[in-house]
Amino acid sequence: MKTGVFWSYLAVMFAVTYLVRVLPFVIFHKKIENKFVRSFLAYIPYTVLGAMTFPAVFYATGSVITAGAGVTAALIAAYRGKELFTVAVCASLAALLTGLLLQVAL
Amino acid sequence: MKQFLQGLKDGSAIGIGYLSVSFTFGLAAVSSGLDWWEALFVSMMNLTSAGQFAGITIMAAAGSCLEMAVSQLVINLRYALMSISLSQKVDRRFHAGKKILLGFAVTDEIFAVAMSREQEINALYFAGLAVLPYLGWTCGTLAGAVCGNILPENVSDALGLAIYGMFIAIIVPAMKKDSRILKITLLAVVLSFGLYYLPGVSGISSGFAVIICAVAASAAGAVCFPMEEETKEGA
Repeated sequence: MKTGVFWSYLAVMFAVTYLVRVLPFVIFHKKIENKFVRSFLAYIPYTVLGAMTFPAVFYATGSVITAGAGVTAALIAAYRGKELFTVAVCASLAALLTGLLLQVAL
Repeated sequence: MKQFLQGLKDGSAIGIGYLSVSFTFGLAAVSSGLDWWEALFVSMMNLTSAGQFAGITIMAAAGSCLEMAVSQLVINLRYALMSISLSQKVDRRFHAGKKILLGFAVTDEIFAVAMSREQEINALYFAGLAVLPYLGWTCGTLAGAVCGNILPENVSDALGLAIYGMFIAIIVPAMKKDSRILKITLLAVVLSFGLYYLPGVSGISSGFAVIICAVAASAAGAVCFPMEEETKEGA
């Protein structure tokens, strides 16, 4: 890829991603009183992350079995209230170990 | 200053988490044909996971700038919703100038941690919260791009789960604490499975699918289980 082409891609990425974040942040400065809107916005982070995670996570390692092991480990660790980093490590480790076990078994 | 330090502390876990996720981004970027410094610039200027992964795919496929713009808009539209939520929780001294600077740092995790605070969000706190994730994101990308190719494939595959592990670490405690969030998040997940597997709708791009599921489930939540005033308890 030519360097000039790279910069134009990057400029587009940056402009869109930045404006999507900052415009709504700057425009809305009064408190929204509407109960529906407030409730809707309160649910957004969890529904976004839920929909981003499932079912995509099962295809993240190239093997549904190792990914499933990672998800299980992450769910258990998160349920026990572990921190973000710990949960992420548990997921990766479980997937890695399951992959190694499968290699040995097959 | 105390607020800034508290933000740093609250952001440290995100920063460490981002190290591993951006490491995998650095790996992917270089293997898709970018130079190490190009991968680094992408991370420094975007600070987003899903959008960047989509971006390098379009670069590798030599897609048009319009395609790039639309994909980034769709995948990152959730940030607009988060920024609106955030605008409702910042304190009165969080002026437009600070928003123009700090709004750049709205990510899924920074947003979630900021919103989980009891009190209103102070600009210094938010700045502190953003510092370590930003450093983690850029340093991790650099490390992944420079030394990524020496990792065995099974290790880099397993690292691909790190970002989802972080997402799970954010949603599960909230679901445990609040049965309304539990039900509505499960609804979003079920919808997401539906859009992924059902014939006819499974061709929808993953960015669009996330928006449809999140908007539909959150709207259902707002109708069925409206949240009572919860941001009044500012300290």
